This record gives sequence, C-alpha cells and structure tokens, in this order.
Amino acid sequence: MPTHEHEPNDWKKYIIVFFITVTIFVGGLSFSNYLNNKKLDQLKSIESTISLDLMSSETQYSLLEEQSCRDISTSVLSSELNSLADKISYSESNIGTENIDVISLKKYYSLLEIKDYLLMKKITERCGEKSIFVLYFYKNDNCEDCTRQGYVLTSLREKYPNLRVYSFDYNLDSPAIKSMTSIYKVPDDLPALVINGRVYSGFKTIEEIEKTFPELEAIAPKETTKSKSGTTTKPTTTKTTTTSTVKN
Amino acid sequence: MLKNIGNMIYWGLTMGDIYSIVFYTFSFVAMYAQIFFFVTFLEKRKHIVHNPAKIDLDNYPTVTVVVPCYNEEKTIHKTVKSLLELDYPKDRLKLFLIDDGSKDNTWNIIKEFDNGSNIFAFNKPNGGKHTALNLALEKSDSEFFGCLDSDSMVHPQALIRMMKYFEKDPNTMAVAPSIIVHEPKNFLQKAQSVEYDLSIYTKKMLGFLGGIHVTPGPFSIFRKRVFDELGPYHKAHNTEDQEIALRMQEHAYKIDHCPDAYVYTIAPDTVPKLYRQRQRWIYGFINNLKDYRHMLFRKKYGAVALFTLPSGLFGVIGVIFLMVNVLMNLTRFVYNKIEEIQAIGFSNINWGNGFSFHFDWFFINTRAVLWFTLIMYVFVLISIIVGRKLAENKSGIPISVLYYAIVYTVIAPFWMLKAIYNTIISKESSWTFERRVAK
Repeated sequence: MPTHEHEPNDWKKYIIVFFITVTIFVGGLSFSNYLNNKKLDQLKSIESTISLDLMSSETQYSLLEEQSCRDISTSVLSSELNSLADKISYSESNIGTENIDVISLKKYYSLLEIKDYLLMKKITERCGEKSIFVLYFYKNDNCEDCTRQGYVLTSLREKYPNLRVYSFDYNLDSPAIKSMTSIYKVPDDLPALVINGRVYSGFKTIEEIEKTFPELEAIAPKETTKSKSGTTTKPTTTKTTTTSTVKN
Repeated sequence: MLKNIGNMIYWGLTMGDIYSIVFYTFSFVAMYAQIFFFVTFLEKRKHIVHNPAKIDLDNYPTVTVVVPCYNEEKTIHKTVKSLLELDYPKDRLKLFLIDDGSKDNTWNIIKEFDNGSNIFAFNKPNGGKHTALNLALEKSDSEFFGCLDSDSMVHPQALIRMMKYFEKDPNTMAVAPSIIVHEPKNFLQKAQSVEYDLSIYTKKMLGFLGGIHVTPGPFSIFRKRVFDELGPYHKAHNTEDQEIALRMQEHAYKIDHCPDAYVYTIAPDTVPKLYRQRQRWIYGFINNLKDYRHMLFRKKYGAVALFTLPSGLFGVIGVIFLMVNVLMNLTRFVYNKIEEIQAIGFSNINWGNGFSFHFDWFFINTRAVLWFTLIMYVFVLISIIVGRKLAENKSGIPISVLYYAIVYTVIAPFWMLKAIYNTIISKESSWTFERRVAK
C-alpha cells in the first residue's frame, strides 16, 4: 500500500534562496547607489570647473575693465552650464528630486547662473552688445504652465542662440534666489519671467514674447542654425532651462 | 538607502514611494522564484532521467486513454492515429473516444475507429469535458487512466516512458508529460513554443519539489485509484486538469513529471483564440486557488502551498503591474509631447532632438530597477535554454525568445485582467469557442 506524504519541506533551501535573493537585491541597490554617487561626483567636478572659469572671467573683467571687450573669454562657460543643466535635470528624475546631494548641486548651479548673469550683464553693457536676458522662475510641483513655459523657452533658445535664459526653481531653499525674487518682485504666480528687468507672470507663448521684444530679431543669427550642443531642457521632470552660447 | 527609508517614514509615504515599494516587492518575489528554480536545478540536475530511445517495462499494466471530443472533426483523426502508434502492447491499452454532443461530423469519424476490442466510441449529450472524462472513468477497469485532448498528438514512446515512473516509484500517483507546440508556424505559435519549453523546465523543477499544480489535459497519466479514492473530475471552472492536481496535492498524492514523454499540441494561431484559451486558464487558476485557498502557505501541503500557488498568484498580479507601468510611461510620453506641441506650436518642434544621440555615460540609467530587470531576463533565458535542452535536446537561444517577450508583455496582461474581471463578476470562461484547427 503506498503512503501518501508530501516531500518534507526543505526549509534550508527556502532560507538559502532567501539570502541569495537578498544578496542580489542589496547588491543591485548598492551598485546603483555607487553609480549614482559617481554621477554626483562628476556633477560636483563640473560645477567646480565652471566656478573656476567664472572666477577667471570675473578677474579678467576686473583687470581689463578699460581694455578691449574682445579679450574677455566667456564662451566656455555657457556650453558647460548647458550640459550641467541637462545632467542635473536627469539626476532629478533618476536619483530623485528629494535627494540631498541633488538639491545641493542644484543650489550651486543656481548660484553659478546668477554669477554668470551678473557678469554677462556687465560685459554686454560695457561692450554695448545687444543681448536679452531671461530669468525664468518655475516650480517642480503642480505647475503645468511651468512645463509648457519650459518648452517655449527651449524652443526660443534654439531659434535665438544669443538669448540667455537662466532658470530658477522658485521653491529651492536658496537665499540668492530669494534675493532675486525680492529684487525683481517676482510674484508667486508661476511661471514668471524677468526679461531685461521687466516682470511677466503666467504662461507666455513664443509669439507673445517675440512681440514684446522685437529686439529678439536683432540677435537672431543670420543663418538659422540649430543649437549645436543639442541640449534642451527635459521638461518631463524639471524646468532647468539653460544659458545659451554668447558670441562676442 | 537607510537614510532614504528614514526620510520616507519621517515625511510620510508619497505615491511614488508606494509605487517603489510595490515594484521592489514584485521584483523580490519574482527573483526569489527564479533563484529557487535555479537552485533546485543545480541540486537535482543529475537526477533528470533521459530514457534511451527504447525502453521496456517489467510488466505492462492496463491503461485506458480517453479522448473527449467536441466538434473536433478536423483534428481527431491525427490524435487517434498517434495513440494507435504508441509503443505499448495493444491488449493492455484501451482507447475511449467520447463524443460530447458534437454538432459536426466528429461522431461519424470516431465511430469508424470502434473495433469492439480495444477501441470504443461513445456518444453522449453535451455536458462539458469533465462529464466525458467521468463517463470514461465509470467504464474503465484499467489500472491506469489518462486523457488526451483532441488537439494533441503523442510521441510513440510517451506512454511507456511515463509508465516507467510508476514502475520505479509505487508512491507516484500521476505523471505529467512535456507538452511541445506542434509545428509552430506563425509568430504567435513560435512565441508559445518558447513558453512551452520554458514550462517544461519549471514543471520538472516543480516535480522535484513536489509542487506540480496542473496535470495537463494532454496526456497526464494517473493511477486509476486516484479517482476511486478522491472522486471523479469536477467542472472546476473549465480547468478540471488544475483542480484534480490540487485535490491530489491536498491529499499528498505524488505527481511527477516525465520530461521526455512528448505530447505535441496545436497551439492557438490567432490572438483571439490564444486570448480565450489563456483567459480560461487564468480564470481557472484564480478560481481553483480560491476553492483551495485553505492550502495556501500551510506547510503540511508542501511546496505547492508554500511555493507554486503563491508565486503563480504573484505572477498574475506582477504581469498586470508591469503592463500598467508600461502604459503609464507611454501615456506620460504622449502627454508630454502633446503638451509641447500645444505650448510652442507644431512647426517649432525640434523632432531631431529625440533621435540625435551624443553618447555620454552619464545618461545611462543606473536605477536599481534596471539591474533587477536584467537579472530576471538572465534567469528566464537560462530557464528557456534548460527547458529546450530537456524537451527536445536543442541548444542555443532561438529568435522566437523575442516573440515570446513581446507577446507576453503586450497581450498577456489583457487576458489576466479579463480573467480577474470575470472572477469578480462571476462569469465562467467558456470552452465553447476555443476550437483549434489543424493544418
């Protein structure tokens, strides 16, 4: 007569497999963490390079105040800021907007933008260049119009490579951004744009901006070429729009 | 990572966090199941028997094989012919061909086979597959009992190889065969072919664990006393082959799997047919699981309760979760594109952007999700490779693995959702329209 009995449960195997799985799991998480940290390190090093470049430009500017404008090199900065913006934007989606390191990199990036903005303003004023500066304030959460404004600015930047767009996360806890918003009296009705010192709040289309600033035509390149870097904002996640190339 | 978990608890869980937790839970369980199979394979691979081309038994017990038919005029001939070519003494093997109230010419065809000695044809009003099987059980006086669906054909050595398992172990109460897709022709059948090979691997491993939860309609062989002791087939949500296996597991009756007992089945060749078949299977799985839920996680029921049923359930939910995930990403992408077009106008869209690639390793996705997905793909590939080796002694990875991946991520979630939906509204999945046509 056959006996009906289940195979005894191989508890040891259940447990061993559990530990193997945990090991692979933790391994995967740490490996991912390791690579993310590598990326953050890369961002830090880019930021310090940019900071160095900025300082060098500022110093040059102070030294050569009375000299020819052409001697001040500025073009290096912009493309680096561009690529940095893309990478920070990507990290926000990949590593997380709440990540402390990402937030601090973003704060630093905002400071670099402000410094670049101040310096460029001085240079263009002194050298009598035609240039349009756009300060763009956005927030990450619950702002559909910010996303759309991001698209508009990216598109404008492609159309007018000499247009300089600096974007700031309104909610980023940064005293410098707070100062900017209070100087320009930026309302909390976002998105908000400060174009050559004037404040506009709410979504603005390409046509509206073009109409308000006929000067844009003056800085348009003679032959329409797409921005070489190919970098645009990634508005799916953030609106860190970037500066564009300045040609002296 | 700990810091993140700390933050989560501190700040309260956002939707994204819940999503991540669900995702990681599924990844973990899926990986656990795959590793469990793989460890079993490494442990037992020496025990996988490969029968020589021809084997003998010490004695040949009597076997009844029943072929329940419903509107099978096109395939029944091939099915019966394959049974007639079985390498088994004719006087020890009886064939019962049962017409379950067909509306086509099936009865006239099977009547021709009736010879009054070892092939018998029966005709009864339509009552469902389980009633045809139970009629055969009533009429059978053999020691062993099996069924062959009328869309399948057997390998000549299939029966004798399975009988060897019974001879070697008197505790073995049922043996399941290896099911192979018969001459896969189109995309869909090739995809299923890969799936069937994969399930030969999982079935063999479940056999080692004592965790088989289906004795498939195509040619599972039972000791007849299983039915004498546990009762006849039940309707079981049109998946009587799942129910009987669960009932056997409930009573600790041993079910084994014979990897080289080949049964060739005609796989559905169109999406609607496949959809209906799978919807029935999944519906049956969910509802039989409901009926046998008292077994879940109870250690006295062995591996089927601790491993097979829970991972099957997780599998169903996991596939749906995966689809929701894919759909959400797709929707988000389309939505963003539309929003972009609305914001800047169609003519200003820089279409080149999505396609111009300048490589920067920075933009390679390094989220843990990606590693887990990769690891899972590797395990599934290993399973397919081993399954193919076990099943047909083929090596390498066929291109149809890709078809399999496509079919099962794109279509499978729909039949699973439908099966769940039907369970909720208590609507039986029907056999009726699931007729396949042999070519």
